[in-house]
Amino acid sequence: MAAAAIEIDALTKDYPVGFWRKRMRRSLDRLTLRVEEGEVFGFLGPNGAGKTTTLKLLMNLIFPTAGTARIRGKSIEDVEMHRDIGYLPEQPYFYDYLTGRELLDYYAQFFGYDKADRRSRVARLLELVGLTDAANVQLRKFSKGMLQRVGIAQAILNDPKVVFLDEPMSGLDPVGRREVRDIILDLKRRGCTVFFSTHILSDAEMLCDRVAVLVEGKLQSVGAPNEIVPFEVQSMEIMFEVSEGTAVAAGLIDRSRKTGSRYQLEVPEAELFHALEQLREANARVLSVTPVRPTLEDYFMKLVTREKAPSHAVEVMTR
Amino acid sequence: MSAMPGIVAINTFREAVRDRVLYNLIFFALMMIGAAIFVGQISIGIERLVIVNLGLSAISLIGLVMAIFIGVGLVYKEIEKRTLYSLLAKPIERWEFLAGKYAGLLLTLLVNTSFMTLGLAAALYYVGRPFVRTDVSILVAIYFILLELALVTALALFFSCFSSPMLSTLFTLGIYITGNFANDIRNFGDFTKNHAMQVLTRIIYYLLPNFHNYNAIAIAGHGESVPFTLVWQNSLYTLIYVGVLLVAASAIFSHRNLK
Repeated sequence: MAAAAIEIDALTKDYPVGFWRKRMRRSLDRLTLRVEEGEVFGFLGPNGAGKTTTLKLLMNLIFPTAGTARIRGKSIEDVEMHRDIGYLPEQPYFYDYLTGRELLDYYAQFFGYDKADRRSRVARLLELVGLTDAANVQLRKFSKGMLQRVGIAQAILNDPKVVFLDEPMSGLDPVGRREVRDIILDLKRRGCTVFFSTHILSDAEMLCDRVAVLVEGKLQSVGAPNEIVPFEVQSMEIMFEVSEGTAVAAGLIDRSRKTGSRYQLEVPEAELFHALEQLREANARVLSVTPVRPTLEDYFMKLVTREKAPSHAVEVMTR
Repeated sequence: MSAMPGIVAINTFREAVRDRVLYNLIFFALMMIGAAIFVGQISIGIERLVIVNLGLSAISLIGLVMAIFIGVGLVYKEIEKRTLYSLLAKPIERWEFLAGKYAGLLLTLLVNTSFMTLGLAAALYYVGRPFVRTDVSILVAIYFILLELALVTALALFFSCFSSPMLSTLFTLGIYITGNFANDIRNFGDFTKNHAMQVLTRIIYYLLPNFHNYNAIAIAGHGESVPFTLVWQNSLYTLIYVGVLLVAASAIFSHRNLK
């Protein structure tokens, strides 16, 4: 059996708390996961769920209380493993006395590239993340979004086989988020495995082959987004407009949500045609009819609002 | 031989330069110019003594301030600002990072001290005194200052691996001051005639870095020559002590959870 891109086996992390640091708080509880080569894997969970702890453990920045992990068959303690991976920390901060070009060149030296190779790599990456014009500006003058971009550039500097991104969309405007999504899709096209944590569930739904949901350090479920949240229509949403003085059935208006001049009405699937008929009779202008189905966000919210996570992780579905 | 520490060292040096650490040279230059003009007017026959004493003391003091205050932040700053996260995700061992940071600060101190040495030479030249063979002792005194700075930097780096800059500064400064009185501590034990006290002071004497032996400013000021045995003894002592401190720092840092 070929080695998986990431194999995590019962990874556990306890942190000492209190003045005497004698009490322990479990941040990650026996996490077991397997991510295959070439997958885009989303790691979801609320703040304090243990996502960043997991990534730090995999990067060997902190050490596990118990359990092991391997990346492309190599132990996370093996420094050679880092030749094949890239990592973007959460809210990255870099040497602010360096320019973007100097920072990338500095990091590139650790991979043993010669000067000409470094120069072309750095130029290519700066262009990819849209920082060519700011290449010679010191990082202390960079905005949060620009730092995030340079962070992504340094994470893929070495053409990694596995990339770990901790909240890669954080701090980015819509254009930046779109660009990061494109970068992730491009990495996937090139056969790279991408493991990223995010709060933005629409991004996870759009990008991920599989996702894992973590709550209070415990794995709740892992599987493809449409396996975790089955495609079943819950109701239908009708968006319509009415001209002034038009009499629409009072029941429909009362049940609608008004935004500007538009109304949004959610009806059970069986009542759709009856509602449309009423709107037609009232000369209302129907703008759209959309099936409403449970989203990953609904599932996520249901999990995190539970008072306490269940003690055993549930494998909803695996590929 | 790994190239990683060299890469980190060059960047550490670049950081010091861009943070305007070498601006202290302006202060040193102004002080030496002022001293040279002043001494030239009031002293008869002791220009050399005054300039050498003042110059070497300033080189030592400025170097110490740099070694301690930059040294205690070498690792702490990288952890606090989380610049270390991206770096340690690259194929570099933690000990290589530490060795690089140490070498980078040492390089900064070396460059700084070299410029100050040139300033001292210029001041001596200004007071109209030709260079003679015994002036080699000035260079030896500067070499001892560099050895002392290497040891102080290693101490600061060691403490910065597990404590805050404030505590690291206190520890390093405390050991530096106590280490200057290492011989006195041993002698104090001998005076007491108390066996337990003698054992205790001996242990402290051997554990503490002995900074007393690095002080050759008075010898250089009087134009005397420094015994060669002291040169190699100090060199070897520094090499061993720094080696032990760096190994201990690496052992601690390699097992440290980064927050």
